[in-house]
Amino acid sequence: MLIAATIATLVVMILAIIRGIVGPTLYDRILAVNMFGTKTVLLLSLLGFVMGRPEFLDIAIVYALINFISVIGVLRYSDSFQFIQPSPESKDKEQ
Amino acid sequence: MAFDIDTIVELISAFCLLIGSFLCISGGVGILRFPDFYTRMHAVGVTDTLAAGMILVGLMLQNPEALVVIKLVMILLMTLFINPTASHALAKAAIHNGLLPILDDKEGNKTENNYQESGSSNC
Repeated sequence: MLIAATIATLVVMILAIIRGIVGPTLYDRILAVNMFGTKTVLLLSLLGFVMGRPEFLDIAIVYALINFISVIGVLRYSDSFQFIQPSPESKDKEQ
Repeated sequence: MAFDIDTIVELISAFCLLIGSFLCISGGVGILRFPDFYTRMHAVGVTDTLAAGMILVGLMLQNPEALVVIKLVMILLMTLFINPTASHALAKAAIHNGLLPILDDKEGNKTENNYQESGSSNC
């Protein structure tokens, strides 16, 4: 059952990556990356049990913290003006 | 018919892992199939919390060692605090920057989602 749960988590990570690549808006991609990070924490915990080394749980704790900080950081950055891409007309003017 | 206590704990653990895997996969299908950003966020937000909780409870029942259980409880608490916070911040940033949900009007037609990735237009 541990191995089945590991495989299910891997499949869900692949689905999240597909949404992150396809995603029409910026926030879909951020959502997919957030889900990928959560599932990575689960995968690390499960792999520690499958391989008989529960020390992986420390890495899972650190990864959960890093995932939260990165998502909040990207969201903070998306409020600033750096995300505003130049429109095609202004690009033409520059050229 | 007397069951051993270890067998019962193992069965409960396998059940929790099975429910967690099912919720994980339903969240993955939801993030691919739903039509809108906010409905996708519903799928991810609901399943992330409960699926992670079920899988971590299932792992807690596998190992009787105290330190491992304490670490798993820490991961569970962190997940339960972090995921709703991140979902809330994500929804707030999206609605603040002008990403509107797709709604039905009175005739039942879908409204256009005219969000452009070229910055904050409506705020």
